[in-house]
Amino acid sequence: MASHGIKDQVAIIGMGCTQFKEHWDRSTDDLLIDAVTDTLASAGVEKDQVDAWWLGTAQSGMSGVTLAAPLKLQNKPVTRVENYCATGSEALRQACYAVASGAYDIAAAVGVEKVKDSGYQGLNAFPIPTDGTQRTLTAAGMFSLVAPAYADKYGIDPNELRRTLARIASKNHSNGAKNERAQFRREMSVDSICAMPAVAGMLSVFDCAGVADGAAAAIVVRAADAYKYTDKPIFVKALAMVAGNGSGLADPEFDYTHFDECEAAGKDAYAQAGITNPRTELAMAEVHDCFTPTELVLMEDLGFSARGEAWKDVEAGAFDLHGDLPINTDGGLKSFGHPVGASGLRMLFECWLQLRHEAPEERQIDTADRGLALTHNLGGYPGDMVSFVGIWGNRLG
Amino acid sequence: MRGIISAAGYLPHWRLQRDAITQVLGSSAGKGQRSVASYDEDSLTMAVDAGRRALGAAASANPAALWFCTTSPTYAEKTNATIAHAALRLGSEVIAADAGSGLRGPAAALRSALHSTDPAVLVLTGDVRTGPAGSVDEKDGGDAGAAVLVGAASADSGVAVIAEYMGGASATREFLDRWRSPGEARTRSWEDRFGEQRYGDLAAQAWEAGLKDAGLQLDQLDKVALVGPRPRASAALAKKLGAAGVEVIDSLASSVGFTGAAHPLLMLTSLIEQSQPGQVIALLAMADGADVFFFRVTDQISGESGTAAGVTVADQLDDADNTLLYSKYLAWRGVLPVQPPNRPEPARMSAAAAERRLDWKYGFVGSKDHESGALHLPPARVSFEGGNIDDMEPAPMADVAATVATFTVDSLAYSPSPPVVFAVCDFAGGGRLPVELTDVRPADVTIGMTVEMTFRRLNTADEIANYFWKARPVRGQGTAPVRGQGRAREQLEKTEQD
Repeated sequence: MASHGIKDQVAIIGMGCTQFKEHWDRSTDDLLIDAVTDTLASAGVEKDQVDAWWLGTAQSGMSGVTLAAPLKLQNKPVTRVENYCATGSEALRQACYAVASGAYDIAAAVGVEKVKDSGYQGLNAFPIPTDGTQRTLTAAGMFSLVAPAYADKYGIDPNELRRTLARIASKNHSNGAKNERAQFRREMSVDSICAMPAVAGMLSVFDCAGVADGAAAAIVVRAADAYKYTDKPIFVKALAMVAGNGSGLADPEFDYTHFDECEAAGKDAYAQAGITNPRTELAMAEVHDCFTPTELVLMEDLGFSARGEAWKDVEAGAFDLHGDLPINTDGGLKSFGHPVGASGLRMLFECWLQLRHEAPEERQIDTADRGLALTHNLGGYPGDMVSFVGIWGNRLG
Repeated sequence: MRGIISAAGYLPHWRLQRDAITQVLGSSAGKGQRSVASYDEDSLTMAVDAGRRALGAAASANPAALWFCTTSPTYAEKTNATIAHAALRLGSEVIAADAGSGLRGPAAALRSALHSTDPAVLVLTGDVRTGPAGSVDEKDGGDAGAAVLVGAASADSGVAVIAEYMGGASATREFLDRWRSPGEARTRSWEDRFGEQRYGDLAAQAWEAGLKDAGLQLDQLDKVALVGPRPRASAALAKKLGAAGVEVIDSLASSVGFTGAAHPLLMLTSLIEQSQPGQVIALLAMADGADVFFFRVTDQISGESGTAAGVTVADQLDDADNTLLYSKYLAWRGVLPVQPPNRPEPARMSAAAAERRLDWKYGFVGSKDHESGALHLPPARVSFEGGNIDDMEPAPMADVAATVATFTVDSLAYSPSPPVVFAVCDFAGGGRLPVELTDVRPADVTIGMTVEMTFRRLNTADEIANYFWKARPVRGQGTAPVRGQGRAREQLEKTEQD
């Protein structure tokens, strides 16, 4: 009954990613064209060679026409997918399965989001008609519930936890500063982050993901064909996905210190990939640091730290760029920015660079030869979310 | 025997000191304070709060009709009373209608209820008194809700009355005293002396006719409430009553203000709450005429608590936040337009979606899985525990207290009055809802604090008022009684005394 996985059946042979920033001068169409053009060049294939396309966008367009029209695709299947903030990973997952099924030789996954045309700061969901009883809290507010709950459960002084969370943001800013595609490229000290005014619970704006426009894409082929295109393909080791049933919102047992959906997706992915000790087997991980407390508890949900220990590992520098398991080496959502539909593919883009030893020297990790990287992409709120975990490797087996 | 089965007042949590108005506007706004409805309250929500208390104190009485009175309605064209009908979970066979838009509505509805053949009639009133800065309605007004359940005592159904109706009278004559066009904030008025004298004459006429109708002499009276927009209009009558040794009770002018269409029933409630069994009391309401009602208080009024509904008007006078800023008051009422947060405004609710979930949205009814007992807020068809499908019963949760499991303060979320204070609330006996808190200052929220549910107006979009429930701290005696719990508590107290 569990997922069988498609380990080593398909591979990524080309990727592209635009700068993530306030692209006032770039439309959704422009971002798609730029990302796809770079990706096709990276893979060395022509647009017409791609047999099928998956487009992930949360709310920058509807239907496959959103991609087919700007690219002027000729009679190709294009599917638009949406799965909250895990939309980019969902597009990638569909493309991988399509190739693994044998239906297509070459598939493309593209993610895009044009968030800065709304006129408002932050992300704003498309309103679906409801009975008007839904909560009105921001995502920052919902995730801010995690910090006091975590501090209370593990007996941590809230001020100490405040510094731990700032350390996560500071690390991601430091990594982003070394990334020319990142939205924020300024280093931020723990002290300066702690000095910012709170906007939601104990969180300040520096605990929140950057909101940016951007696009990223990947070309997927059968693993057997991969070396025809590149001598450094990245193989799919695992694709896991859980859509939560929302019971965390209604169940008094849920304590806001963990995300069941992420833990379950992680376990499934490790089983598919044959990983038993992710902390030592993985070279790196890109995780969904939408807010600093999210990254903290993900370290535990994904098995990198024991329950109640992640804050100590963070303080010890375990997840720093040159720590024993580097996390969000490209700056993460925090510093790279979060164009919703593109983020999942942006995470894979960093794994693509790092596992191929193509990251800029100042942020190339020491652990790349472990050969395995993880991407984690979630959408929704504590107790009510979707979670994706993918594992990627630079060699077969 | 027909009369008042139960009565309850609702005073909002906030008070504005009249000094605060004086300090800003320069000219004196008088002494004392006024009650202020929170930004998420309106005439309907305050009437609903009062109605919950009145019904809670009268478990076995089932109203056949609901009349709602206000001068600050949410809607014209659409009936407002049906929203209260839904929030109070009255049966579909119960008529619910608005009893006019003027100040005389409550007296008319009370008279109609007392003369009705229905076993029980619920009269709800609520009013938000606003005017331009410095206006009489701002300085001397107040916001409140009040409810009386009127009906016949019946040994069969176990319904008793706390005040027996003895008789009354009305006097009507058209004259122009105070007026306001629909949608306007400002009430205009003719020269004070004209209205005062006309009301004085009408009050005297109704009073004499009422005494005769009730078969009473002046010296048989114990306490009287005189209610109207012109305090001086009843001065002559008050003097006469005083000379006869009849107590004229405090008009709440200095502690609450004149609460418009809510005031007659708020004062009637206060009057009953201050009275002893056997006392004869009268309500004189002056609004475009005069209406007088005489009652004899029965021994159903508890000598211990002095109240039928658990929370008295007097309780609520003390249990308030007296430090509201004038600027905040002005912003809440829209008198001072303030910059809204730079966030998208909420979308309008769907009428069809709201109607499908009527009991949830208006009545705060969840569902409970028969097999696992798991409580679902909002109600669900499939249980999150065990997965059974369509094996649930309704779980009314409006009167169940909850505990704050964790909370946050969100300065980014859209709100008519930021920041949003939001808590994960765990209900006594099971059930959880992450929900907004209200009537609280962010610094006063703690994990573990006890909260209760209150019916509020979340926002307005496309002129649609979006009502749902929020949680507020349980303070002092400010616990809304569960329907029937008022009596249960009395029983408990008696048992403990025994």
